[in-house]
Amino acid sequence: MTTTTTKEPAQGAPVAPSGRGGISQSVNDSLIVARRNLIRMMRIPEIVIFGLIQPIMFVVLFSYVFGGSISVPGQGLSAEGYREFLMAGIFAQTVTFATAGAGAGIAEDMHKGLIDRFRSLPMSRGAVLTGRTLADAVQTALTLVVLAVVAVLVGWRAHEGFPKMLAGFGLLLLLGYAFTWIGALIGLTVRTPEAATSGGLIWLFPLTFVSVAFVPSENMPNFLATIAQWNPFSATVQAARELFGNLPPGYVAPDAWPMQNPVLASVLYSLLIIVVFRTLAVRKYRRAAA
Amino acid sequence: MPGAIYAEGLVKNFGDVRALDGVDLDVPEGTVLGLLGPNGAGKTTTVRVLTTLLRPDQGKAFVAGVDVLEHPNEVRRRIGLSGQFAAVDEYLTGRENLQMVGQLYQLKAKDARRRADELLERFNLAEAADRTAKTYSGGMRRRLDLAAALVVSPPVMFMDEPTTGLDPRNRQALWEVIQELVAGGTTLLLTTQYLEEADHLADDICVVDHGRVIARGTSDQLKAQTGGERVEVVVRERDHIGTAEELLRAHAVDGGEVTVEQHTRRLTVPVTGGAKLLAEVIRDLDGRGIEIDDIGLRRPTLDDVFISLTGHAAEEETSNGDDEDGGTGEKSEKKAGAAAKAGKK
Repeated sequence: MTTTTTKEPAQGAPVAPSGRGGISQSVNDSLIVARRNLIRMMRIPEIVIFGLIQPIMFVVLFSYVFGGSISVPGQGLSAEGYREFLMAGIFAQTVTFATAGAGAGIAEDMHKGLIDRFRSLPMSRGAVLTGRTLADAVQTALTLVVLAVVAVLVGWRAHEGFPKMLAGFGLLLLLGYAFTWIGALIGLTVRTPEAATSGGLIWLFPLTFVSVAFVPSENMPNFLATIAQWNPFSATVQAARELFGNLPPGYVAPDAWPMQNPVLASVLYSLLIIVVFRTLAVRKYRRAAA
Repeated sequence: MPGAIYAEGLVKNFGDVRALDGVDLDVPEGTVLGLLGPNGAGKTTTVRVLTTLLRPDQGKAFVAGVDVLEHPNEVRRRIGLSGQFAAVDEYLTGRENLQMVGQLYQLKAKDARRRADELLERFNLAEAADRTAKTYSGGMRRRLDLAAALVVSPPVMFMDEPTTGLDPRNRQALWEVIQELVAGGTTLLLTTQYLEEADHLADDICVVDHGRVIARGTSDQLKAQTGGERVEVVVRERDHIGTAEELLRAHAVDGGEVTVEQHTRRLTVPVTGGAKLLAEVIRDLDGRGIEIDDIGLRRPTLDDVFISLTGHAAEEETSNGDDEDGGTGEKSEKKAGAAAKAGKK
């Protein structure tokens, strides 16, 4: 830095270095944006708290209201068995709700002009979206921890040991992360936080209900059963169930490939969603015209 | 050699709407260009193209000597943008906002922190540095937004309606900051709806409408074209309108007409002579026993400049000879308008 006697306000101000470019800048920029989003989340605790209350309610309601009445004898599911069976479904449904949060957050940034600010900076192109989805993943992880504790309190257990349980939660987290990229695309497309919230949620209901999350697909009409068994969401639910040891004794998985190989299917589906929606969202971001 | 900001034939369509219809700009280094125009004229779109936020359908643009379309990221290293929506994160503190922007300009964390402190001090935000921007007043947010645009002291700055929505005191304060900045050699493109603001800050003014530059010049040149100042009087009694009109006609500039709005009891007359003449008018009205509710000397507003300039626009464009593309129907209309107005000059 040069010393100078003039009083020009520009003196002493740093000059933007040329970007390092490549992966290292991309990672660095993403972490800066992720940090910003995490600070925001801590300062708006309502969002995190309400985000937790809903799944906790689901766990308790499903366990006691439905869990007590639904039994699926054909599948060897007793009431207690159903409660165990159900929990992975609720975990998975909860992580997909992060979609709405990511969408609303990005729509709000568009709306408030922050996306313009970011786009005028010499930063990596995907970093704003990656940073957001990473921050959402942290929130999802936190939600999963709280949910797991509540689930244990109502009687849920993982029977296959700690590593497999972690692997199960890992797959759930990966699914949630993949879905936040769908949310990112929605947020960039609709542009108002309200629309992004409802746009991020409505399609999740059919997606999560026409699946193996709440009832076994064998009880559905044929065409619905097929959809449910191939549903990417089902793959993760099934995989988590397997890894948690929550499948009923004597359970026979449907013939569909994702149900036979749920862990692999879950990973592949999630990666596919990330690749497709990340590509679409980043392209949309580059062209965003608020 | 092209200026610090140079654009040629910028065209941008949004569906059926032609937002930019052949915009040409050339801003010499170290000067301030005011882009003046009503809402929807294409001011913001121009800024968005020049700051790499939007790709034009046609045309060329260079900022700080770098091709905006070819090397957008190189342009981003050399510009600062301060938008009309005060784009700061309201849940971050002032300091956090500036540090984040600094780091995204690829400064080291330590340098970003030091620079944030400097800027907070300079923009009188040091005391509020650790409060979230949510708690800031409108003026403070604008200052923070401006500070964010200055983190790397870019050679070229863009400000999109920097003072829209600010109260006069804050506007004044922001003007001072901008003037200081320009004194440091920064090239600035500023959009505004206020003639007064362009007057105050800009070396040159471009008036835009319907996506084209319809006039350019210094503020004095534009005002001369618009036709100076007027006196506006609101009389208390409706019965006095006639007498007042007669009296004002005597003060009108050559060929100037007194405009009367019966329902508001408002009379307007074009004048020259400024405050001295205003005093005379007041004495005359008083002498005749005409009570007034309001009186004032009105300088040309953007409306005046604008109405006046749309009439002359076709003429200027023809003499510039630089508009290759389209808009012929509208142009002949403007020409007719210009011809009609030409008599007045």
